[in-house]
Amino acid sequence: MPDNSIADLRPRQGFQPSRLIGWVGREPMTASCVAVLLFFVLVAIFAPLIAGDPIALNPAERLTSSSESAIWGRDHLGRDVFARAVYGTRTSMLVGFSVAGLTTLFGVAIGIYAGMSRIGGAVIMRLNDAMMAIPAILLAIALASLMNAGVVTVIIAITLPEIPRMVRLVRSVVLGVREQPYVAAATSIGTSGLAMVWRHILPNTLGPVLVQATYACASAIIASAVLSFLGVGTSPEVPSWGGMMADARSYFRIHPELMAYPGALLSMLVLVVNILGDRLSDALDPRKTRRGSL
Amino acid sequence: MLRYIVGRLLAAVPIFALVGIFIFSLVHLMPGDPAVLLAGDNANPKQVEKIRERLHLDQPVIVQFGIWAGNALQLDLGDSVYSNQPVTKLIAQRIEPTMMLAVVTLVITVLIAVPLGVIAAWRANGLADRLIMAFAVLGFSLPVFVIGYLLVYVFAVRLKWFPVQGYKPLEDGVLATLHSLTLPSVALALVFAALIARVTRASMLEALNENYTRTARAKGLGTFRILVVHALKSAGVPVITVIGIGFATLVGGVVVTESVFNIPGIGRLTVDAITRRDYPVVQGVILFFSALLILINLLVDLSYALFDPRVKG
Repeated sequence: MPDNSIADLRPRQGFQPSRLIGWVGREPMTASCVAVLLFFVLVAIFAPLIAGDPIALNPAERLTSSSESAIWGRDHLGRDVFARAVYGTRTSMLVGFSVAGLTTLFGVAIGIYAGMSRIGGAVIMRLNDAMMAIPAILLAIALASLMNAGVVTVIIAITLPEIPRMVRLVRSVVLGVREQPYVAAATSIGTSGLAMVWRHILPNTLGPVLVQATYACASAIIASAVLSFLGVGTSPEVPSWGGMMADARSYFRIHPELMAYPGALLSMLVLVVNILGDRLSDALDPRKTRRGSL
Repeated sequence: MLRYIVGRLLAAVPIFALVGIFIFSLVHLMPGDPAVLLAGDNANPKQVEKIRERLHLDQPVIVQFGIWAGNALQLDLGDSVYSNQPVTKLIAQRIEPTMMLAVVTLVITVLIAVPLGVIAAWRANGLADRLIMAFAVLGFSLPVFVIGYLLVYVFAVRLKWFPVQGYKPLEDGVLATLHSLTLPSVALALVFAALIARVTRASMLEALNENYTRTARAKGLGTFRILVVHALKSAGVPVITVIGIGFATLVGGVVVTESVFNIPGIGRLTVDAITRRDYPVVQGVILFFSALLILINLLVDLSYALFDPRVKG
């Protein structure tokens, strides 16, 4: 029999159900958004366990409504709409998180450099202004149509126009932090450039960057749907919500549900991510003390 | 004032030049032969050769860019590979629907968003504020084509109040045009209004905390006068800035909305050009929209002088 007496003396760590319940009680809106997001993540990961084949054609049952084999009915090629919607979650999540991650990585690196270097910063900010003068979605459409169709193409095409916004944000934070007394103090005791960035500059950018990354994730999910909807997104074999909506256009009057399922899922995911971004922004902003539901 | 205007104008020149370089390199930095890329998938060798000649692809890249930029400055954006018509002519033909859509959207947006933002700031943290902000997050999150099809289903397919799609040109009468543009501009305005309402609220809150607002209240001015005349005027600068920045969002929305509602505007031209791999048109349209965006932001900068007396130096 193991001796538990020592374990009991250690400070309590790890998962504590009572704290989780308390948080849910205080922040019901945030908690439900986290729950919905987790649900989407799980659906994306376990798609093969949840749904059947999203690609298999079944021409005999084309445009049929809900049945035993396909609970959300079948599309114009007889494909299982539910299965396509489930696998479409994967595409959206993959693009959303990849774009958010890549934008953060490049945006923070370039933004910190632009904030620390006087001449390099000026050059980068001019390039940035020019990039931001090209409407993001048009640039993404053009990039996606020039490269070969595929998820990687879509991610690159959406990330490139997204980076300048992050660069501008990070640079403005860095310029503010550089004026702080603790940075002067660190310089006076001989902290070198890289150590300064790592220990004092980078941690200060994390809050705003996290918020911006959340918004970037939401807008990337929309953008990838727009690309698929316009026919320049992922290849037609890869199930995506935007692609499903594009397919549904011709049958919209008779079968609006083909449009409604992917449209509702898309809106819900983006809504949840945006609300979490707002919550994060409120929580990280010391000036805002407001808490409470939406 | 004049110095401010000239300064802003000069600042726009290098940005415009860089945008030109970006758009030029879009096609030229891609792997493969630009002539083959520009000619599209269905081109025969003769067409490819014609494009190679027209674009001077045997010359160094710098010379090619010089020729392209020189032509662009003279409003020659090349010819469409698909219809062989000049790109500028194609854009000019399609400009009316797009401009009308953008203008109607902008009007609806300002009519919805500014009052909502003012009310939200006035009743900050109250029920009205929360409802309005909930609407803003919702509007922000619903993709424009989802709202578009929802509106079409309810108001066109079911209620039959508006046409499902299509555009009536101005020569058919302004009312017919507005009727055909109602659903697309409302769909587009909802997204845009969410953005403007949030910014209006935030900058109104700041203005309401200023000393002059307290002075106005102390003078005994009414709530409406304080909100609209005093606070809103100073809140105008950030709101106008966002209308300028949001114009990029609007352009993206226009491309999608025109596709949903089958409006024969520049957005439709873009999507058709992309489907047909008609790259001179794609390049031309992006250059056109970018130039418009730079121009609008220039106007926004200049309008600061109107709203903020400190910018007159």
